[in-house]
Amino acid sequence: MRSRFAKGGFRLEKKPFSLWALFSSTFVLSAFTFGGGYVIVPLMKKKFADEYGWLTEEETLELVALGQSSPGAIAINAAVLLGWRCGGLPGALVGALGTAIPPLIILTVMYRIYDFVRSNVYAAALLRGMQSGIAAVIIDAVWGMAKGYFKKPVKIPSLAIMACAFCATWFFGVNVAVIILAAGLAGAVWTAAQKRKEART
Amino acid sequence: MIYFRLFLAFLYIGLFTIGGGYASLPIIEEQIVRLHGWLNASEFTDLITISQITPGPIAINAATFVGTKVAGFPGALAATFGFMVPPFAVVTFFFFIYRKYRQMTLMQGIMAGLRPAVVALIAAAGLSILITALWDGAAVTLGNINLLSCVLTVLALAVLKKFKVDQIIVIFGCGLVFMAAEWLKNAL
Repeated sequence: MRSRFAKGGFRLEKKPFSLWALFSSTFVLSAFTFGGGYVIVPLMKKKFADEYGWLTEEETLELVALGQSSPGAIAINAAVLLGWRCGGLPGALVGALGTAIPPLIILTVMYRIYDFVRSNVYAAALLRGMQSGIAAVIIDAVWGMAKGYFKKPVKIPSLAIMACAFCATWFFGVNVAVIILAAGLAGAVWTAAQKRKEART
Repeated sequence: MIYFRLFLAFLYIGLFTIGGGYASLPIIEEQIVRLHGWLNASEFTDLITISQITPGPIAINAATFVGTKVAGFPGALAATFGFMVPPFAVVTFFFFIYRKYRQMTLMQGIMAGLRPAVVALIAAAGLSILITALWDGAAVTLGNINLLSCVLTVLALAVLKKFKVDQIIVIFGCGLVFMAAEWLKNAL
């Protein structure tokens, strides 16, 4: 099924789009992704952009930024937007369900066995070890996304935005919605200034 | 009706949580602990701890936890559904604006500004997880580093770069290795 939402920009589908593939992927990613919204985003990018080729890496980042500026949870917003982009309304609904069902099931179970898990050394060790894997996955993904900006010609404005956004969240704890707004504004101002320069010469 | 009240409380939370993750905690606490009294302070702390050791967005975890406690599984469904409605609507609205104006120069400028910012936010999240993985709350010095975690992280990175192993398998594999190490330590 090739949806009408594919218009505007080509995509190289390595795996044909299907609602089932969308559901099973978001379900598995959501079930195993500890540590908040930003952890699941690079995993989604790797799955849907690199592996399945349903959309480009740029689009993924843009959609994530949109999801970030909306209320709600990043992971679910990102899944809904990816769903809209790849499969219209059914895709959006399936993305939402696929992401929300695993925590719903896990918490229902956890509600009953919490005391056991909290005091069990092996459960703690499993979770502790998984953090290493998650850290590696994110490092890998961030490197994949960031290296384009360092290739010649080096994209100075983009790198400046990246550095500022990092410092704002890491050192000053600025709300991410504010960071996203500021970055969008900076991009708009930069583009407008470039246009003016071109018009003058 | 309790289902409807759960639905409304989490509808409110879904509407006013911007920025994700821990940014949603104050608003969840206001609704759940202070306004409705569905959890007491220590249960709320339990909820945060559980959220840290389980996958999934904190708000969904909270919805399920509170819903289950107050009204069983149907309560969990009502609360989760309530939380998801406002973001779904807003995100859909944004998507159509994005799709309509994506080709505009100004919109492309905005998007060009957003992309590196998102990469930076993901990098920051990754760095804090790396620190948790290697130091687990201890002071960040070379002497305190957990060697096994360090080796695991480097190995996992090498596997991801060299082989086409699914990322979920890599994450889960790291957990199993750590668990096996714990077992060995206790067995010896």
